Amino acid sequence: MLFKPVLLWTDVLLWLLLAGVGLYAWKVRQREHLIRPWRRLLRSRSGVASAVVLLAFVAVGVLDSLHFRLPLEKQGSNTGIHYSPEVLSVFDLIAGPLRKRVEKTYSAPFAAHLYTKETIELPGGKQLRDYPRLKYGGAHLRDPERELGEDVVLTALQGGAYALILLSGLTVLLSLWLARRRGVAPGAAWATIRQGHDEIPWRTFLITLGLLILCACLAVVFSAKYHIFGTDKVGQDVFYLSLKSIRTGLMIGTLTTLVMLPFALLLGIMAGYFRGWVDDVIQYVYTTLSSIPGVLLIAAAVLILQVYMDSNQDAFDTVVARADIRLLFLCVILGITSWTGLCRLLRGETLKLREMEFIQAATAFGVGHFRIIARHILPNVMHIVLISIVLDFSALVLAEAVLSYVGVGVDPAMQSWGNMINGARLEMAREPMVWWSLAAAFVFMFVLVLSANLFSDRMRDAFDPRTR
Amino acid sequence: MRLSLLFFLLLPLLSACGAPPWNSPYPTAEEGKNITYASFAERPKHLDPAQSYSSNEITFTGQIYEPPLQYHYLKRPYTLIPLAAAELPRPLFLDAQGKPLAANAAPEKIAFSVYEIHIKPGMRYQPHPAFARDAQGKFLYHHLAPTDLDRINKLADFRQVGTRELVAADYVHQIKRLAHPKLNSPIFGLMSEYIVGLKEYTKTLARAQKCLAPGSQLDLERYPLAGAEVVDRHTYRVKLKGKYPQFLYWLAMPFFAPVPPEADLFYGQPGMAEKNLTLDWYPVGTGPYMLTENDPNRKMVLERNPNFHGETYPAEGEPGDMAAGLLKDAGKPLPFIDKAVFSLEKESIPYWNKFLQGYYDASGISSDSFDQAVRVATQGEADVTDMMKEKGIRLQTTVTATNYYYGFNMLDPVVGGYSEQARKLRQAISLVIDYEEFISIFANGRGIPAQGPLPPGIFGAHEGAAGINPYVYDWADGKPKRKSLEQAKKLLAEAGYPDGRDEKTGKPLLLYLDLTASGPDDKARLDWVRKQFQKIDLQLVVRNTDYNRFQDKIRKGNAQIFHWGWNADYPDPENFLFLLYGPNARVGKEGENSANYENPEFDRLFERMKNMDNGPERQKIIDEAVAIARRDAPWIWGFHPKQYGLFHAWYQNVKPNLMANNGLKYARVDSAMRARLRREWNPPVLWPLGLFGLALVAALLPAIVVYRRKERQAAI
Amino acid sequence: MINYIIRRILYALPILIGVNLLTFALFFVVNTPDNMARIHLGMKHVTPDAIAKWKHERGYDKPLMWNGAAQGGKQATDTIFFEKSVGMFVFDFGRSDEGREIARDIKTRMWPSLAIALPVFVIGLAVNITFAMLMAFFRATYIDFSGVVLCVAMMSVSGLFYIIGGQYLVSKLLHLTPISGFDSGVNAFKFIILPVLIGVVGGIGSGARWYRTIFLEEATRDYVRTARAKGLSELSVLFGHVLKNAMIPILTGAVVVIPLLFMGSLISESFFGIPGLGSYTIDAINAQDFAIVRAMVFLGSVLYIVGLILTDISYTLVDPRIRLE
Repeated sequence: MLFKPVLLWTDVLLWLLLAGVGLYAWKVRQREHLIRPWRRLLRSRSGVASAVVLLAFVAVGVLDSLHFRLPLEKQGSNTGIHYSPEVLSVFDLIAGPLRKRVEKTYSAPFAAHLYTKETIELPGGKQLRDYPRLKYGGAHLRDPERELGEDVVLTALQGGAYALILLSGLTVLLSLWLARRRGVAPGAAWATIRQGHDEIPWRTFLITLGLLILCACLAVVFSAKYHIFGTDKVGQDVFYLSLKSIRTGLMIGTLTTLVMLPFALLLGIMAGYFRGWVDDVIQYVYTTLSSIPGVLLIAAAVLILQVYMDSNQDAFDTVVARADIRLLFLCVILGITSWTGLCRLLRGETLKLREMEFIQAATAFGVGHFRIIARHILPNVMHIVLISIVLDFSALVLAEAVLSYVGVGVDPAMQSWGNMINGARLEMAREPMVWWSLAAAFVFMFVLVLSANLFSDRMRDAFDPRTR
Repeated sequence: MRLSLLFFLLLPLLSACGAPPWNSPYPTAEEGKNITYASFAERPKHLDPAQSYSSNEITFTGQIYEPPLQYHYLKRPYTLIPLAAAELPRPLFLDAQGKPLAANAAPEKIAFSVYEIHIKPGMRYQPHPAFARDAQGKFLYHHLAPTDLDRINKLADFRQVGTRELVAADYVHQIKRLAHPKLNSPIFGLMSEYIVGLKEYTKTLARAQKCLAPGSQLDLERYPLAGAEVVDRHTYRVKLKGKYPQFLYWLAMPFFAPVPPEADLFYGQPGMAEKNLTLDWYPVGTGPYMLTENDPNRKMVLERNPNFHGETYPAEGEPGDMAAGLLKDAGKPLPFIDKAVFSLEKESIPYWNKFLQGYYDASGISSDSFDQAVRVATQGEADVTDMMKEKGIRLQTTVTATNYYYGFNMLDPVVGGYSEQARKLRQAISLVIDYEEFISIFANGRGIPAQGPLPPGIFGAHEGAAGINPYVYDWADGKPKRKSLEQAKKLLAEAGYPDGRDEKTGKPLLLYLDLTASGPDDKARLDWVRKQFQKIDLQLVVRNTDYNRFQDKIRKGNAQIFHWGWNADYPDPENFLFLLYGPNARVGKEGENSANYENPEFDRLFERMKNMDNGPERQKIIDEAVAIARRDAPWIWGFHPKQYGLFHAWYQNVKPNLMANNGLKYARVDSAMRARLRREWNPPVLWPLGLFGLALVAALLPAIVVYRRKERQAAI
Repeated sequence: MINYIIRRILYALPILIGVNLLTFALFFVVNTPDNMARIHLGMKHVTPDAIAKWKHERGYDKPLMWNGAAQGGKQATDTIFFEKSVGMFVFDFGRSDEGREIARDIKTRMWPSLAIALPVFVIGLAVNITFAMLMAFFRATYIDFSGVVLCVAMMSVSGLFYIIGGQYLVSKLLHLTPISGFDSGVNAFKFIILPVLIGVVGGIGSGARWYRTIFLEEATRDYVRTARAKGLSELSVLFGHVLKNAMIPILTGAVVVIPLLFMGSLISESFFGIPGLGSYTIDAINAQDFAIVRAMVFLGSVLYIVGLILTDISYTLVDPRIRLE
């Protein structure tokens, strides 16, 4: 076999989530009243733009969730294939050069030299203290001091050209497709796009996509020659590390809600629907939980997990598996600390719905409780669920950073923005300062959280019945 | 906005002539005073000399308490000199019948050693309420009623203080305290092996404790201890089992400092502990400094002890010391500095920046993250950046008496054991872990690769070609050179794992490394270690756990390879080699030998070497023992970190001394220079605030326009 | 009213017992008393005797929840759980595992926390409301739009960056305030400026945006339209009607956090070296000091419940239609 697939727990959940999203999309397509809010969402410019950015992040995250182990290079003769304990993902393969081009230690963005002076042995046996050249970054330059600027401009132009070609191709395709759908000439379709007269803001779509493509092209052409965000302490490319962190951020942002959703739905609706002692018990549970300071709960839970893993060491034989379980557990525990809010909202909404005439009527006709909940209540609270999922997303991504900082976040062996910021604590206390890890984490987090925030804003506008 | 306004209002107030810079974290009144500023990262848990052991505690206890001996500040190798004692005590050896033996008697004949210690007369304790007496000579604060404490919150709330002369009985009292059932002295276990009668003494005390009426406390004076007795007012005797020359080193630690029984009586009163008034919190000593303010949430202040008996700056040192200006103050009375302020500083970024701004005089010598700041090349000299050189910051390094190593659990079926194959596997692994690179990347060159268990500078360690570990290094071109990877691969093949696969089953060899990683740096480190193993096709699985679990694993012997460190108690080879002594194994015996290494030959040599005096014979035995350990390779010897400190130009008389912990009294501060430089380095920059204000106004202008337009529309 | 409050307090008891049980379970699943002893006794030369002694002194040598060996009622009371929990309810937190009186520590560390948290809260509220009013006043203009964009952008920055960036800019580059530290009395002022500034700036994004929606919601009500139709100027409508009515949700929303201000902020306190309760908690977690953590959890829960009760009371105060029964 060429590779041995590895299915991590978070991968499984992510695929389940994607399947769920697919199912939902399929269902939505059949029902006009469910499609309507989505249409509204697609008509807003910031909604489309942020969705494009989010999708790009999701794409990286999904590619990074297809894990496998490659066979060892040196195979024994008669004993079958043995696989390396190192777990890779499809994304690692795509970004292979980035992953493999490891310098000795720190180097600044676009640098051709290490960030620290070292003793270099000259051919004549003499020694010199200077900044040594990097093995990969800017290695093609003969005299980096003179050629660097010029090379950067040329490479940027090259990347820009690629981006332009790609974008024009896409624009033409889009125009053709729109033209065919509407039965007009491609030129006319292009004109409406250009003037921004479409119902769906294709112009915004194209501009956002264009910017993304430009960034991607620049990143590709530059990272072939340089480390665009520099390298970290052991010489790994910071750009690669930031990209790897995307998966962690997305997982925390989405799986947490996924994990808590069944509880919040069930308990929230039950409390509102049955009232009486059920309501009392459920209210007691969530008041108790929500009155415990969250960080403390998380810290204790993470420590418990450590104990569990240590007593079941054989089940987690790779660093990746350990980190993965910790990530999953963190999602669960974050879910536990944050489901109370949604639960309370759902309870309130159910209380209101319960008094509605159509439900009173259903009760009068003797429809079972389960049916009423499934048929009448659940669909009517779905918008609350959707809105709170999207709203929580950005808060969770930000929380990850803080938790890692406190020391109860994801596994230290896992790439995450929180860990990068945490590491920057030491780097900022160097002289001269190493700032690029922090900057990279900042940029990536900011873009993701900003687009998530914009998206959730639009989503709330589109779904909230009060704004209709 | 509001705040920037406040700034402008306060501007005239703050920028008065001679005032400290705005960003000074210290009160204006302290400007220009003879004060030194340092920091602590974690609040010290114990300042009681019977209990305190960590380095962050000794920073304080070292200045406050005076044990009988101390290390010479300048001389190397480390030399013990008298502190409270009048001279270095010489042991008197007795045989089993109590008859004196000659000083060169064979160790096996010696049944007891007796140390008679004379202390200097006329030393007095710091002013303290425990000594305060009324006109009749009765203690003022020894019989407090519960209500008396109502208005007392800190020690300074007691109005009256007193003092008294230090007597030998105080030292004996402290030795008894080591066995006190209420104090968990970390060295009780060790000392009860040596001090005659200590083990039984703790049982006596425990029994007495049980019969005690509630509220009253144990009076140690009523219970004599056979191994420690007062001879006269200024002399006491300690009786040890067998020969134990290392005892002198212990006499230089605060464990053997004097504690006045008055302090125990004073602090032991009901209600005191509830107010955090304990010896752990407010120590009572005779040293050059006394702890006057103890708010471990924020700062701790040491002030000059007015009753200090006086000591002078050493007149001789190492050869280079004169040139380094370390002998300028020879013969002058100590201490130089009036007050030392230690502020709590947990985060490295603020800590480092405050140092650069001149608000700390020296970098914390043991703080790890802080030392990241300076780059030292692997072979080159320590290197301070140009910016720091311009500021006059100096750098000083010393190799510590510390080992950081990877241990192999010798009980493990794969890497452990004493077969030739297992030995070769361990040697191969020791060879591939490139500690030169490790030090260069992770320690900024602050360290030297270890050649065995003994760090340089300790008796028994060799310098140069004679000192290298022949299983890992060759001596080439006047320096040690790591053997090639081919050699490691060969060893691995001989061990039965050609290309990292088991000869018999063909399965790749999977090794497990246990460690506790939680810091931000650790991911990189783990990646690095994995890479090292991969160089010879070994697959390493890193198992990261929290400290508790890790300890548990080591104790149960469930680890395979683990990361560990050792910090020496005193500069003697015994303190390092006992880490490999079989009867000292971790598993089953709860000793410090975490690798559970047990080689009868090594153990025999260790037992002989242990109590010997330094000399060629001891050297020979050490060499043999070290050679055995190197061959068995129970550790990947790892490295000895170099400690280094950065010092501002105004901080003088500093020479790193790893053993002495009472260095504060020697230091000197040029406070005028400090005040000048601080002002020079920290001028407040105000224009960005103005710019910000302008930008705000600019942003508001269009708003006003819009508002006008709206109003007009409304009017129409 | 008094009846209601008493009932609420009684209702809080089972919640606090639940909190206690939960934290207790969480901590003792992780930590055996042996481990705790080892951490507190330090690394070197720890003997089993010393551990046993340590546990005995602190009462950790008893069974966790159920003492089978004891007689009668003692089976439930002579346990770690019972002994360590009962004191909580009269706010006797006992001593920390390293021997300090917790209640005293909390008392002294509460004030620095408050010195940061209270100004952040008050100034933050004022600044946020000002910004929100501005945006509401200029609603549907580009000022409103750019304000919202700014808010969303500010929300998207992790709090850690505000702290690191603020320290770097204000203290390191501009030399305006000390980077970290604290002092007592008036001297504390210069240390408070920066954390408060950062706390306020960090909160503007979400706060101002949230208040803006409240204002806008209020501004579309009928009475506002009536007021406008009467010919009142936009300014007096905004201040006279909208602000007054919007203050109800704003204030009642804010009341719930007031008691929690005592707890301080975990991150900001440890970054700025503020000796408050936030850094106290973090230290305790790191040192695995069970006694302190338990006390802080308990205190946090109590304050949270007090916040809820205060919220209810404040409803009746601002809105006479609501009666607490």
